[in-house]
Amino acid sequence: MAAGTKQAGHGAHAGHGEHDEAAHIRLYTKVYITLLVLFLVSVTGPVIGDMVGSKALVLITAFGIAVVKAYLVCAHFMHLNIEKRYIGYLLITTVVFMGLFYAGVAPDVMEHHGRNWVNVAAQNEVERALKAHSEHGEGEHSAH
Amino acid sequence: MAKPIATLRSATNIPTGRLAVWWLLASEIVIFGGLLASYIMHRLGHPEFGDYASHTNTLLGGINTFVLLTSSYFAVRAHFEAEHGRGATAAKWLYATIGGAVAFLCIKSYEWTHEISEGFTITKNAFWSFYYIAAGLHGLHVIGGALIMFIVAQDAKKNRELQRVELVGLYWHFVDVVWIFLFPLLYIAK
Repeated sequence: MAAGTKQAGHGAHAGHGEHDEAAHIRLYTKVYITLLVLFLVSVTGPVIGDMVGSKALVLITAFGIAVVKAYLVCAHFMHLNIEKRYIGYLLITTVVFMGLFYAGVAPDVMEHHGRNWVNVAAQNEVERALKAHSEHGEGEHSAH
Repeated sequence: MAKPIATLRSATNIPTGRLAVWWLLASEIVIFGGLLASYIMHRLGHPEFGDYASHTNTLLGGINTFVLLTSSYFAVRAHFEAEHGRGATAAKWLYATIGGAVAFLCIKSYEWTHEISEGFTITKNAFWSFYYIAAGLHGLHVIGGALIMFIVAQDAKKNRELQRVELVGLYWHFVDVVWIFLFPLLYIAK
């Protein structure tokens, strides 16, 4: 074995026999197949959701399943389930910063008017684009 | 020849090389997270984005999702082989992963060519600006990952520096995770 291999690895496979090797490969394959099944659900779910007019079904199948897929990849392929907790805390911290960014900026972007302010440009843009879409099937939307 | 410090030293009981990759990925979360968070808030604040998104090609986006999930499986198999000291086999799995990266980029090139020819360029509107920047930044990561994997595979097939197979694998899985979120945002939510 090359120097550093065992030291650098997670050690999850070290010292195991052929039976354990096969078990690990089966696990990876199961996770992979699960990911493919979830992928199919994430594509068909929103279509069905649109057909039955269920926005909740669209959101759950499109984004809920994306979270599950990401978890499976992180836990089993990136081995976060057996990684030092420090790494989990590190990653969660960055996600929290992302949440802070969203919470701080989103009100100004998602809302186009408030108690003492109006984002006239954004309001006009939405109105113009939707009008253009209803007239021509597609709006000529400029960056703002 | 002296081993690089990332191979021999361990900090917080995590080999330095792996720790460095985790820190890199943490910084990547902020980069992609900020971009995706900005997109989500614009998507929610601008109902017209739904109409623009209806022009993205869900089939090609779906095929690319399948390609990346499969390449992620290949990457974890490469890691598994490397941990057992089978460098040559690990290199083969890495080459298969690189094949996935190339397939992804070919599909993406075809997709972009079609969209640009239809007039959906980066300056068309805010949606397409987000689309090209997010998918483009992700595509650059795919290119970078494929190049690094090729370099790592060259050593791995000689049974050298096998710990690097895991490190490049971590990076590749992250690229896959980013796409897992990009796909529903850009192709499904219409």
